Amino acid sequence: MSAQAGFHVTKPGFFTLLQDEGRRGVMHMGLASGGTMDRHAWAWANHLLGNRYGATALEITFGGATFTSGLNTQIAVTGAEVQLTVNGQQKPLWSTIQIETGDVVALSAPRAGVRCYLAVRGGFVSETHLGNSCATVFREGTGGLHGDGSPLREGDFLPCNATAPPVVNRTIPNHWIPDYSTPLTLDVLLCAQAERFSATARSTFFANTYTLSPQSDRMGARLAGPTLEASERQLISEGTSLGAIQIPADGQPIILLQDRQTVGGYPKLGAVTPRSLDALAQRPPGTRLHFRETTLQSAQQAERQFLTFFRTAR
Amino acid sequence: MQWRCEVTGIDTLTLYFGDRIDVALTEKIHLASEALARNLGPRLIDTVPSYTSLLLRYDLLKDDYSSLIADVTAILDDLPERPEERNEASIIEIPVFYHSSVGPDLAAIAKRADLTIDQVIQRHCQQVYQVFAIGFAPGFAYLGEVAPELAAPRLATPRPKVPAGSLGIADQQTAIYPLESPGGWNLIGRTPLTMFDPHREQPSLLRAGQQVRFRAITRDEFLALGGQIE
Repeated sequence: MSAQAGFHVTKPGFFTLLQDEGRRGVMHMGLASGGTMDRHAWAWANHLLGNRYGATALEITFGGATFTSGLNTQIAVTGAEVQLTVNGQQKPLWSTIQIETGDVVALSAPRAGVRCYLAVRGGFVSETHLGNSCATVFREGTGGLHGDGSPLREGDFLPCNATAPPVVNRTIPNHWIPDYSTPLTLDVLLCAQAERFSATARSTFFANTYTLSPQSDRMGARLAGPTLEASERQLISEGTSLGAIQIPADGQPIILLQDRQTVGGYPKLGAVTPRSLDALAQRPPGTRLHFRETTLQSAQQAERQFLTFFRTAR
Repeated sequence: MQWRCEVTGIDTLTLYFGDRIDVALTEKIHLASEALARNLGPRLIDTVPSYTSLLLRYDLLKDDYSSLIADVTAILDDLPERPEERNEASIIEIPVFYHSSVGPDLAAIAKRADLTIDQVIQRHCQQVYQVFAIGFAPGFAYLGEVAPELAAPRLATPRPKVPAGSLGIADQQTAIYPLESPGGWNLIGRTPLTMFDPHREQPSLLRAGQQVRFRAITRDEFLALGGQIE
C-alpha cells in the first residue's frame, strides 16, 4: 500500500488536534510541552491497536467529527462517551474496530466526558520536529498537522502507517473504563511555595468545593471558589510544573496544564498528580471539584505504575 | 556553589541559587544547567533556567527524588563558585533599526529620560545584557538590565499586535518579540533577525545565561538584512 494511505477529514469537529506524549527538552526555549490531556484514554486507544506508548492519535474535544478512511485498517475510540458509528452503524468505544477503504467514521457530541481519542493501527504519521513530538500547541501557533498549531480543518488528510500488522480485536473490560460523570476529587501534593500559605488557607483549599470555570483551556484549569491568599502575591518568575496550582492576585486557583507558559511568577500551593489531571481532562466547565492531600512517594508510585503498564504491555 | 532545593511537582524539583535578580547569578545557573544536562543525559526531560532558579523535570522510570538529588548534589559540588570571565567573542550582537517608524515609543522614552533620541540609542547599545530567562512566548528572552534612565513601565494598554522582531523596554528589562503577538512593552526599534524559527536546528536564537549587545543599523541595512517595515 502506498505511503499516501490515510483518513480524510470530512467534519473536523469543534477542536481536534494531533497529540502524542508531548515535547521533551524544549521548555528552556519558552516552548510548551503540549501533549495529550487525558493520557489514560489516549494510551488505551493506542494500546488496543498494538501501537507503542507515545504514538500519535487524534484528541477530539466535544466530538462532532467525521472521517473517511482511505485504507483497510483498525481503529479505536476511547475517552468521552460519544455515539460512534461506521457507515451509520453503531460501534463500541474502548474496542478495536475493523475499517475498510471508504468507510465513514462519525462521532457525536459527548454524553459524558469532554475528549475522545481516535487512534489508528500503526499511528497517524506526523511531521515530528519540536522536542521530537507532533504535539499541537494552538496558543503558540506551533506543531500539529500543519506545523502552525491549528486544529484539524475540513478537507485535511491524515496519513497513516499502512504497513502496521493487524491485531486481534479486543475490548477493554467495563470495570477499567472510567465514569466521567462521577464527582471528582483530585490528589494534590503540597509543595513549591505551600509554606507561604497560612494553615487556614490550606485547610480552606482542602475543605471546600471549587468549580471548573468555562475560561479553562489547555493552558490552565481555572477554578472558582473560596479565595486563597499567599503571604506574597508575586515571586521572581520560575519554571512551571505540570499540574502546579498557581494562586494569582485574585486568589482563585489555576491548575497549570499541558500548554502552560514555561515560566511564571505566581505562588504555587502544590501540584495535582498526573493521574488526577487525566480525570480532570474529561470534566466539563461547571464540574465541582474537591482536593485531597497525597505524598510524593505515593504520587510517584501511581505514575510509575501507569507508565510501566503502557510502556511495557503489548 | 550555594543552592537549595524544593520539590515543585510530581516529577520536578527546583534549585534556587539566590533570592534576588543579579547578573552573576544568571551565569551560575547557566553553568549549573549545562553541567546537569551533560551529566544526567536522558534522566532529565527538561531544564528551565530562570532569574534565580533552575527547574528540573526528571524521568520517573529512571529516578526517584533521592537518587536524583544525590547526583545533582555531586555534580553541582564539582562546579566552580565563580564562573570564568567571558570573552568578547561570546557576546551575541543583534542589529537593530532604532526609529519611530518601527519603534513608536522611542520618542516617549527619550522625553521621559530627558535625552535626545540619539542618546537613547547610544545608551541602549553600550550595555552588555544578560539573558535572564526565556518565557512568555517561544524564544522571548528577558534581557537586563537597561541603563536606569531608560527604564519605563509597561504601557497601560497593551498593543493588540506587535510585529515580530520588535525591540521593547519594560521596567529595567529589554526584549525582542520573536513572533507577532499582543504586547505591552515600550517599542524602540526592530531587528531583521529571526529570533525564533521552529524549523531551525536551534529554534531559539538566545538561551538563558548568554550575553547580548545591540548594534544600531540604518534603514537600508535593516531592509538589506531582510527587515520588514509595514
